[in-house]
Amino acid sequence: MFTPSHFAAVLLFALFASTVFGITQRETPQKMFRYGLYCFALFVGSAIVLSWVMFLIAR
Amino acid sequence: MAEAENKNVVAPRNAQTGFVFLPLIAGWLIPGAGHFLLRKWVRGALLAISIVCMFALGLAMQGHLYANAHEILEMLGLAGDLGSGLLYIIGRAMGLGSDSVQLTVADWGTRFIVVAGLLNIISAVDAHNIRTGRKL
Repeated sequence: MFTPSHFAAVLLFALFASTVFGITQRETPQKMFRYGLYCFALFVGSAIVLSWVMFLIAR
Repeated sequence: MAEAENKNVVAPRNAQTGFVFLPLIAGWLIPGAGHFLLRKWVRGALLAISIVCMFALGLAMQGHLYANAHEILEMLGLAGDLGSGLLYIIGRAMGLGSDSVQLTVADWGTRFIVVAGLLNIISAVDAHNIRTGRKL
């Protein structure tokens, strides 16, 4: 059984989803790459921000 | 007059002959196959790797493959799973993902499988858009 940490799961999810988003939502390879990076940063960044928000609410 | 107007009509990009929905159906059944049919080798390979890896990791995390639709959430999960095409059919035929979810990791795995199906639908529609000339 594969048991990644929560953050590793977030990274894997963001990697695969942003790859598909980049390829399907833009037309040229350069724009695809940039949009993929943008989506990856948003996925991971929002997960970190929401984690801190939930941590502070739970305290 | 009509001929002059026809001359000004620009042919759609990537216009090809044949069954127009073939890349859409192939892309749904096999991740990346729609792009391979259109000779978009790198895009197809990246899409196939991403979707198949996501589906396989979901199963490796003991994620659940939805089999019935008694409740609304199960219905949505089944719709997402069906997006994986043959991956879902083969997984069900092999009896994978039939255990009930008991671990947090297995719950993530279930989400991975559903999202892999949804991403596969997006990539199949993208292949259709390339086929019809809406996208390069």
